[in-house]
Amino acid sequence: MADLTRDDVLKLARLARLQLTDEEIAAFQKELSEVLQYVAQLDNADVSGLEPTSQVTGLKNVMREDEVIDYGVSPKDLLALAPKKQDGHVKVKRMIG
Amino acid sequence: MGWPSIADIAAKVRAGELKASDLVEQALTAIADKREYDAIIATTAERARERAAAVDAAVKNGEALGLLAGVPFIAKDNFLTFGAETTAASNILKGFTAPYQSTAVNRLEEAGAICVAKANLDAFAHGSSTENSDFMVTKNPHDKTRVPGGSSGGSAAAVVLELAPFALGTDTGGSIRLPASFTGCVGYKPTYGLVSRSGVVAMASSTDVIGPLTRTVEDTALVLDVMAGRDPLDSTTIERDEAGYTDLPTDLAGKKIGVIKEYMAEGLDDGVRDRIHEAIEKLKAAGAEVQELSLPSLPLALAVYYIVCPAEVSSNLSRYDGQRYAFSAEDAVNLEESFSRTRALGFGAEAKRRIMIGTYVLSSGYYDAYYRKAQTVRTKLINEFDDAFANVDFLLGPTAPHTAFKIGQNAHDPLQMYLTDIMTVAVNLAGIPAISIPAGTSDTLPVGLQLMAASGRDRELLAVAKATGALL
Repeated sequence: MADLTRDDVLKLARLARLQLTDEEIAAFQKELSEVLQYVAQLDNADVSGLEPTSQVTGLKNVMREDEVIDYGVSPKDLLALAPKKQDGHVKVKRMIG
Repeated sequence: MGWPSIADIAAKVRAGELKASDLVEQALTAIADKREYDAIIATTAERARERAAAVDAAVKNGEALGLLAGVPFIAKDNFLTFGAETTAASNILKGFTAPYQSTAVNRLEEAGAICVAKANLDAFAHGSSTENSDFMVTKNPHDKTRVPGGSSGGSAAAVVLELAPFALGTDTGGSIRLPASFTGCVGYKPTYGLVSRSGVVAMASSTDVIGPLTRTVEDTALVLDVMAGRDPLDSTTIERDEAGYTDLPTDLAGKKIGVIKEYMAEGLDDGVRDRIHEAIEKLKAAGAEVQELSLPSLPLALAVYYIVCPAEVSSNLSRYDGQRYAFSAEDAVNLEESFSRTRALGFGAEAKRRIMIGTYVLSSGYYDAYYRKAQTVRTKLINEFDDAFANVDFLLGPTAPHTAFKIGQNAHDPLQMYLTDIMTVAVNLAGIPAISIPAGTSDTLPVGLQLMAASGRDRELLAVAKATGALL
């Protein structure tokens, strides 16, 4: 794995919705490259015949009845947490432009 | 003044010999007296006093009270709790008031325990020293120039400073065991799924667990007993052991213990190695059958973890977008800029670093090479643990290769900081239970001994840890 370029870092930052300063871009270019070099040791691991593990409980499709359970939290309580709201809705900035 | 055992405190509260109100004041006074260690972000004093008064009234009225009646505790600040903000020690959650509580805290409260404060941590639990807290660095109670370990460093320091009889932590890659090792207390990482994660700020969902930090294994067992078991609000929870986690047998005779060869290899501090060897000799003398055992893929665990963990972190932190709750940047012109500005101003350096790494390893073209490969090596690790536990009941090694390091020592080298977790992360990837118990000191700093067991064998692990602790 080659070192990350400045453009690589900017592309990742855009995907992650993260504005970075010039100092952060330079620092991440170096630090992320180091971490990727470290994890590259997995390239040589023999994993033939093995499947990936994404969870360890062995639980499958845990189901429950489709019913409303009152946990004492109202939509009003949750809406009250929003930085901006209007007429019972969360208010956000315009999406285009 | 020190705290009695948790069982003693609760029994005396139930008998009317101790008042919950006095216990809460004792905790709040200790917190105020030890403020210089920066273990605590905020107290929940008002709510704690109300709850203590209710417990004392219930005792007076002859009502039945739970296993933890009147016992004060401190929650790491990534547990949603009433009575104070829940910040995860991050600027992006500063000012956030939880609309509901975590299941773990609810269960402790139902048993009569009283949350008195929220403990400092590395922001979002990303770190091994609490230096990544957006607010302050917790100091090690044994040496104020050193870190307490992390990410549950505030919780560990709080227990060792006796601010409360126990504290809650979370362990995603070692965040309970490592600070327990660095500060000299007991830190327990249960089997994955044994304690509900509902209402706890998510870090890496496939390895996150919740556990206690205490002064003794008995205290840990009692707290776990109250918290463990299925929760309809967390579908990854598993059944608790029918025998419970208290009244532990302490016979070591015939117990088969494997010493992990890879954890005793070069790179281990001499003082740590000596303490672990002394513990092994004592276990043998007590009748345990101790043998050396190799898990050849263990040296790869940290590389697996630093792919899997950032990948899950980047997904879990995507919810912090400044629209529905908590911090929101004011100066954006459109929605996308509002997301990007909020996250730029609200996240600290380590959260950003993990988001970036996670985004990279999950991105199109790299997913197979990094994430899928890491998850497949994870299977290899799990198979090696399974093979080991076919031969021995428990695995043993140090919790960390060294004792607590100086504040600032690793601050500018993220990879060096990640290496602190080298002996703890494999357990999280495999989902098995593990515990760190105090095993003496090296140059006056605490050394932690780590014991592990197969998934679901938490009761057996606590029993052997209690017996081992009695020898050290």
